[in-house]
Amino acid sequence: MKLSGWGRYPVIEAQVRAPHSVEALRAVLNSAPTVIARGNGRAYGDSAVNPSATIDMRRFNRMLAFDPQAGQLTAEAGVLLGDIITALLPRGWFPGVTPGTKFVTLGGMIAADVHGKNHHRDGSFRTCVDWIDVMGADGAIRRCSMQENVDLFEHTLGGMGLTGIIVRAAIRLRSVNTAWVRQTTLPMPNLKAAMAAFEQAQAATYSVAWIDCLKAGAGLGRSLIMLGEHAQVADLSERQARRPLSIPASGTLTMPFDRFPSGALNRFTVRACNALYYRIGARKAGPRLVDWNRYFYPLDAILGWNRIYGRKGFVQFQCVLPLNSSESGLSALLTAIAKAGSGSFLAVLKRFGSQRSRFAFPMEGYTLALDFPVTAATFTLLDRLDRITVDHGGRFYLAKDSRLSAQTLRAADSRVERFVQMREDNGWTQRFHSAQAARLSI
Amino acid sequence: MTRAPVLILGARSDIGKAVAHAFAALGHPIQLAARNADTLAADTLAADKADLTVRYGVSVTCHEFDALATATHDRFVAELPALPEIAVCAVGLMGHQQAHERDVIAAGRIMRSNYEGPASILALLANRFEARGAGTLIGISSVAGERGRAANYVYGSAKAGFTAFLSGLRNRLAKRGVHVVTVLPGFVATRMTADMALPARLTAQPQAVAQVIVRAVKHRRDIVYVRPIWRLIMAIIRAIPERVFKKLKI
Repeated sequence: MKLSGWGRYPVIEAQVRAPHSVEALRAVLNSAPTVIARGNGRAYGDSAVNPSATIDMRRFNRMLAFDPQAGQLTAEAGVLLGDIITALLPRGWFPGVTPGTKFVTLGGMIAADVHGKNHHRDGSFRTCVDWIDVMGADGAIRRCSMQENVDLFEHTLGGMGLTGIIVRAAIRLRSVNTAWVRQTTLPMPNLKAAMAAFEQAQAATYSVAWIDCLKAGAGLGRSLIMLGEHAQVADLSERQARRPLSIPASGTLTMPFDRFPSGALNRFTVRACNALYYRIGARKAGPRLVDWNRYFYPLDAILGWNRIYGRKGFVQFQCVLPLNSSESGLSALLTAIAKAGSGSFLAVLKRFGSQRSRFAFPMEGYTLALDFPVTAATFTLLDRLDRITVDHGGRFYLAKDSRLSAQTLRAADSRVERFVQMREDNGWTQRFHSAQAARLSI
Repeated sequence: MTRAPVLILGARSDIGKAVAHAFAALGHPIQLAARNADTLAADTLAADKADLTVRYGVSVTCHEFDALATATHDRFVAELPALPEIAVCAVGLMGHQQAHERDVIAAGRIMRSNYEGPASILALLANRFEARGAGTLIGISSVAGERGRAANYVYGSAKAGFTAFLSGLRNRLAKRGVHVVTVLPGFVATRMTADMALPARLTAQPQAVAQVIVRAVKHRRDIVYVRPIWRLIMAIIRAIPERVFKKLKI
């Protein structure tokens, strides 16, 4: 069948298998030339697509144990983050690290070593992973952690599924008293001010900025910085405090068009939306109470929002720049984007804290994420952004990537060769392979 | 409020699992009954049990149950930790019609799995529910039982028998406080139908079947189709005169 990532680009003809059991999974592994595991298809590009065998892991969707003393959940790799929250938030537990959508699987979060709005304080998803069970090239399942099979553990986190098939894992959740977040919005007139605000807000649990990437000149990088803290019962209204761990059900919208007109998002509509969004955000500045779903997953309320870019799909660009070159690098990136006039609804800026990893994306510095409709001009712009990133010592997030070249990846990330060697040494190269791995020669 | 226990017969089937999730989500304790003779199956059932417990915080028990071993059914019911308030029979076996035409042993197995076994266990539960004066029995039958077709009449005839059995049971127990629901799912995307090319518009997910069952219990419905279109389709198929029907290929 035709398969793609969340960006609906590229579209690749692929064999999809959906085993129910470990035995059936092993049989698929043994019968296909190469395989890649796929979760809920939220990686944007071709990370979880393999033409010869893409293994849909969503039938491995059982929660196996929960230890309320340690807050430790053991679950199969295909369990959705949203289901974990539904099950455990009413009992006062929330994921220690969460990406911007709850429609991801546990296995996907590990493979991409996802990060959240608390990276500057708590690090990436790896910090809440106790152990992972990985099916290797030989079909055997090995448990890996910081104590056993450490190399496998280190490379599986952020390894994009190229070290084996993640079958199950144990993660730790954080204890929360309410399902609400105290959000404070700080409007910042330009990039310098935004970065200063991030540095000042290092103590905040959550911080993220929406950035108007079409604003050039003196207002380059104007942003709305959103800080968040888990609310305490005392912060809630009397009505909310009666059931602090539940929130009123809110509806979802579904994008009605399979073919949203491709030209509907152009520089004028996006510029107008961005300006409007900034004004509304600036007016709502200051603290307010937001439920967990709207705070962490605003886009999940619009099911199928990826269709807004039309049939051709869209591409994401996410890089991280080291702290010392962040300001010059971000200025250069934003200037190039504003000049191209190819704006994105979702331009997000975030301060990362320090991070240990062998192949995962984050490092201390600033990360910028944007999306663009698929056009010829977009690819030209992205090549320019790649160069700026590499020149400033930055690197790229593979979970978002759909078009990077093998050469650029290597120029950006000196860890690639070691990862490739690791794959060779363990016999992973011959068994675990994705369209992305082929493109990037990893 | 403590909810009444729900017994799932055929708990390893996709529909059985989905029904267990739907009732557990409402806070009902769950009794999972399945043939788990080998360790592999037992492990699977244990993991399903853990999943229900972690997700919904309800108590879940597992019970060895072989629909074909009808002699053991009485003891099975007696050994349940509590007589369930609701019992759902999701036991079924489809097999391949062409094989059944040549192999009467295999055909007999289909007939017994879809009719004799389910009818046997529901009959025993019915008597206990009748004595108690309350309870709901749910039989998952099939639209295939509405009229025998060349493509699957072995399976269909067994389901026809089961549908008639449920109808009779409902008639008998209607005044005794016991409710009987007949579920006619139409196509459902499960492991049983994984190798069939099913039309997407007529095919339901197991979760949809489960929701229909939960609503049917709540509203005390008698016969429920999962997708309403099937009511119309089957009405048309039943209305075709036999001299025409016998020449059709549907």
